[in-house]
Amino acid sequence: MKIKTEAGERHVLAVTVDNEAGILAKITGLFSARGYNIESLTVADISADHALSRITIVTSGPPAVIDQIIAQLDRLVPVHKVTDLTDQGAHVEREIALVKVAGTGDKRIEALRMADVFRAKVVDTTLTSFIFEITGTSDKVDRFIALMRECGLVEVGRTGVVAIGRGSEAL
Amino acid sequence: MTEMSGADMVVQALVDLGVDTVFGYPGGAVLPIYDALFNHPTIKHVLVRHEQAATHAAEGYARSTGKPGVVLVTSGPGATNAVTGITDALLDSIPMIVLTGQVPTNLIGTDAFQECDTVGITRHCTKHNYLVMDPDRLGAIMHEAFYIATHGRPGPVVIDIPKNVQVATGKYSLPEKIEHQSYRPQVEPDADAIAQAIDMIAAAERPIFYTGGGVINAGPDASAALRQLVSLTGAPVTSTLMGLGAFPSDDPKWLGMLGMHGTYESNMAMNRADLIIAVGARFDDRVTGRLDAFSPDSKKIHIDIDRSSINKIVPVDLAIVGDAGRALDALIAAWADKGHKPRDLGEWWRRVDGWRATRCLDFPEKKEASADIMPQRAVKALFDATRGRDPIITTEVGQHQMWAAQHFGFSAPNRWLTSGGLGTMGYGFPAAVGAQIAHSGRLVICIAGEASLQMNIQEMGTVSQYRLPVKIFILNNEWMGMVRQWQELTYESRYSNSYSDSLPDFVKLAAAYGWTGLRIDTLGELEAGIQTMIDTPGPVIVDCRVAKLANCFPMIPSGAAHTDMILQPNDIVGTMDDEAKALV
Ligand SMILES: Cc1ncc(C[n+]2csc(CCOP(=O)(O)OP(=O)(O)O)c2C)c(N)n1
Ligand SMILES: [Mg+2]
Repeated sequence: MKIKTEAGERHVLAVTVDNEAGILAKITGLFSARGYNIESLTVADISADHALSRITIVTSGPPAVIDQIIAQLDRLVPVHKVTDLTDQGAHVEREIALVKVAGTGDKRIEALRMADVFRAKVVDTTLTSFIFEITGTSDKVDRFIALMRECGLVEVGRTGVVAIGRGSEAL
Repeated sequence: MTEMSGADMVVQALVDLGVDTVFGYPGGAVLPIYDALFNHPTIKHVLVRHEQAATHAAEGYARSTGKPGVVLVTSGPGATNAVTGITDALLDSIPMIVLTGQVPTNLIGTDAFQECDTVGITRHCTKHNYLVMDPDRLGAIMHEAFYIATHGRPGPVVIDIPKNVQVATGKYSLPEKIEHQSYRPQVEPDADAIAQAIDMIAAAERPIFYTGGGVINAGPDASAALRQLVSLTGAPVTSTLMGLGAFPSDDPKWLGMLGMHGTYESNMAMNRADLIIAVGARFDDRVTGRLDAFSPDSKKIHIDIDRSSINKIVPVDLAIVGDAGRALDALIAAWADKGHKPRDLGEWWRRVDGWRATRCLDFPEKKEASADIMPQRAVKALFDATRGRDPIITTEVGQHQMWAAQHFGFSAPNRWLTSGGLGTMGYGFPAAVGAQIAHSGRLVICIAGEASLQMNIQEMGTVSQYRLPVKIFILNNEWMGMVRQWQELTYESRYSNSYSDSLPDFVKLAAAYGWTGLRIDTLGELEAGIQTMIDTPGPVIVDCRVAKLANCFPMIPSGAAHTDMILQPNDIVGTMDDEAKALV
């Protein structure tokens, strides 16, 4: 017997929660307990009094599963609001990566040239290395990192996705 | 605002919240609270013999009264022993507050004596949990916890209280209004959805009500409303295991329980219906059978207080989020407002009666006095003998549980206490203790299997201590019967580790605890034995020996459709494939 799995589509969820101890464990535990995917998860407090945090989750699943994820998140006691930004329409997604490349000569020049094309900033440099800061969609960051692999990439750090809906409306 | 110790605050909050009973077990990390409870004038502390039993007793108390059950246990092993009952309460939506002691805040994280990460361990088996670090917050948390446990879909809430927080002082005041800042369950159903629902009900040719534990949780008024709506519409009613009692079993519109061991008529009616009205039920896998064959031609209305229950397993046509009772009331009002008249459902009822004619709950039986007792017969005899006494029935888990659900009739809610979602062996006896504590004058009977009973049999001591007249009626088949049945059906009768070997002599055990013990061996002794049990004051254990290899039918084998019910043993053909074996 083989176990079957179902294909899904990518969704970006914005979740506002009480900024309390254990909340992240609660959210990630929900995903693992119910077998949902997490492609990326970011969290930081967003209110002046530090009472609220915003969690951005990139997940994937068939529509019924996405619907369940939202309902399951919504029933958690410390969760205020769950918004499916993908469903809601136009939104901006950003991610930052810090990308370290090491090397000398042509590779080094090539790295710098491509960083320029991608509008990555040099945030640290030595005679044998650069650290680039790149901001963009996950796709763009992926592509930049793939190119840097050819140019002496030695280390990457990524923030994961934050996202917000377009226009004047707020959550 | 009054300044008091954390322990006093816990007790004061319990008093202010109307708590009269706490089920618990002491230990180092809760000694301050135990001291505050010492000789308390209004709060009765029931000392169990194992913390798991405290949680099930609290569930029994809650399920039989509608009030939240309260548990008090120490840190570490006290808390971990409570986890099964907490999970049981989560799955069956039972309101429960569990107060756990914790090592002092300065020792948290140091692997201190009897330290465990209680909030971590219970994070996913509670509706919500708290670690109280500040005595000034303790009172508010107590009130908030009760609010959360009892509002919306009920469930267990754990409050973990470090020992120094119990000793230190803080400010306590009675909150005026408790409202959680983010938790606002939707109770009132949407009016448009109600209007749409009532039109669908009025137009249906083959409607059926499929009700669940949510109707019980919504209180006795919800059960009354269900009866009224059913009589207005004339539609048949089935229910889940958890919903038994919401609709009277002697009503002609009652089809019996549905699902894996439900009646043929319920399952066929669900399959052939053109409209299912699900009320406080969650399309559990025990109920639906094979999903792609579940009620293929029906429209579905789903009333539930938990939005995440809707469309979780079965996509529905109309969702009504809200309290089951309020929704039923609104449907009744809408029926009158719109001037709907009951449809002629004669054709539908003729089909239902056709399915009923299979008499699916009949069982083969010898009638002579010396014959083995069929377990179904024992349940029926128990039902007949207790009619008019309004008993509270609890069960353990296994075949006996299903036979009790099939053959014991209930005419009111809060009389049937069973572990449905988690299926916890060891639930039934302590649940009976909790129910008996709440209803001292009532007849409370635990219908038990000999294997399940042994999972919390130590509670016989609790019963003796509090002089509770609990009756345990064991359907003793000397097997973990439900396991043996699956092994017979799925594994060619290779009975791996399912024999109840080395059983105690239950009659002698009764004597050891100061109970009355009885043994019933043959059909001829059954009625008199049951009568003696009822007539004997104080706790009684009845070791009722039943036919050892009886199986529980009807049955929808795992992975099969409602229409593929096995009605009798000789319907079984072949062995199961891996796909079916992989299903629980
Ligand atoms: C705590 C726990 N462990 C294991 C099981 C699996 N299980 C379900 S029914 C059953 C056998 C129960 O035997 P008994 O209490 O004698 O009841 P019977 O089926 O014979 O009526 C078992 C082991 C369970 N439900 N709960
Ligand atoms: Mg047994």
